Amino acid sequence: MSGITASHIAKSYRKLKALDDVSFEVEQGEIFGLIGPDGAGKTTLIRILTTVMLPDSGTAVIDGTDIMDYRIVRKKVGYMPGRFSLYQDLSVEENLKFYATVFGTTMAESIDRIKDIYSHLEAFKDRRAGALSGGMKQKLALCCALINEPKALFLDEPTRGVDPISRKEFWEILARLKASGMAIMVSTTYMDEANMCDRVALIQKGKILKIDRPAALAASFPHSVWAVKGSEMYRLITDLQGYEHTFNIYSFGEYAHYIDARSEDISAELIAFLAARAHKDIEVKAIDPGIEDVFIALEDTEDGK
Amino acid sequence: MENEHIIRVESLTKRFGDFIAVNNISFEVKKGEIFGFLGANGAGKTTAIRILTGLSAATSGKAIVAGYDVNENPEKVKKEIGYMSQKFSLYEDLTLKENITFYGGMYGMKYRDIKAKTKELVERFDLGSVQNELISSLPQGWKQKLAFSVAILHNPKIIFLDEPTSGVDPYTRRQFWLMMYEAASHGVTLFVTTHYMDEAEYCNRISIMVDGRIDALGSPSALREQFNAKDMDEVFRIVAQNKKT
Repeated sequence: MSGITASHIAKSYRKLKALDDVSFEVEQGEIFGLIGPDGAGKTTLIRILTTVMLPDSGTAVIDGTDIMDYRIVRKKVGYMPGRFSLYQDLSVEENLKFYATVFGTTMAESIDRIKDIYSHLEAFKDRRAGALSGGMKQKLALCCALINEPKALFLDEPTRGVDPISRKEFWEILARLKASGMAIMVSTTYMDEANMCDRVALIQKGKILKIDRPAALAASFPHSVWAVKGSEMYRLITDLQGYEHTFNIYSFGEYAHYIDARSEDISAELIAFLAARAHKDIEVKAIDPGIEDVFIALEDTEDGK
Repeated sequence: MENEHIIRVESLTKRFGDFIAVNNISFEVKKGEIFGFLGANGAGKTTAIRILTGLSAATSGKAIVAGYDVNENPEKVKKEIGYMSQKFSLYEDLTLKENITFYGGMYGMKYRDIKAKTKELVERFDLGSVQNELISSLPQGWKQKLAFSVAILHNPKIIFLDEPTSGVDPYTRRQFWLMMYEAASHGVTLFVTTHYMDEAEYCNRISIMVDGRIDALGSPSALREQFNAKDMDEVFRIVAQNKKT
């Protein structure tokens, strides 16, 4: 059975179309990623599916229940909003007890379900939530989102501002929740996390442009990508911005990614161009595009309009 | 002057009761350098930055920032530095021009200088089309750009940026870094924290804090070599997971 089904959802804020005919399905036991620029509609979509907000038109079904039956749906969904929204003045334990009570359960009944994550937090159970570090806050928020044993879990940029090690731990937890059959929908700005989703939806200006497996999305990138490196990276990028054959150039960790307007092997020409501008230690190699290249191309075309 | 140390930290320590948030750290930052200040959540980065920016006093040790000892002259340090926090800090219901006038006034700039500086920033960062728009109406990419232009308004020698790209998409993050590079090429020193390991590569040198200590320090390539790692992500994992030795 499908865990989350959205059909033709639309939502406008005055003249702005925040969501425009959005449809997709998330299976039980699937992690579905939502990636897109700021303002693309990701948060609006999550808020509608968690019954925090009504769509203007369209329908959605969560674990067999239409979102208009919000009282039932709310028992079936877990929601971790983008902003930390727990009670900062309550302790870790008090927050959990409060959430358990709201959902008509107790901490003792729920502890089995969350012990996996709570074990990271237990040492801090008397600390005020506001005094926790970023990684701990995020784990507490996830515990609270899981307390009602949701069938569908919605996470809005859950790892924002979280360090790489805590992010990895967080995704290991998601993998275990997925294995338990939960349908998980997660938005993120980290492309390494997009790669860990089963499928990803690219969303822009309220429309879903593509839904596919991360590897398939990356493979659909229409250009060849060259990784370029030199001893002065900022000057290398600005020089290549002025190169007549440049389609795009952007930093990418240790290397810059260069996209040529032509499709043939241009590496020798590229090296000659850089050498003529006194760049040293030049390296040029062809690489496979990744989902981050797809994302950047998407926003770059939008910016150019 | 090329190798002038604009930040010099010696045995800096900060305790909160029994807890040692910053544990005897020492390092130097050169003028015009982009220095990446990395570490896991809770490793002590923000505490250290608050000391270096004169917002919090060290328990022991010494820090010279832009020529002044932060313990003795915190107010003088504040005049020489810019600060951009992870929480977006411009006034949403003012326009860019109004924000600039307000922050210029806070830094004691003369109105004439504020006007000249506004013109310069608007041209340099191509902000002309949005200068009279309310900040709240602008997309996040623009807001980042504007917050940065306000942080460098009073010609600071050093800009401290605490997770400036947290929650920012891959495209906008790159635009932001190009702006940082541009500022660094003018001799401004950038002291930046990030959890994006591709961004660690854009720094001239980085340090990695673990439980209040600095456990690794060097250029990205030197650190990759030292830890025999393929990228900074791996370096970070090796260093940060090797805690409590």
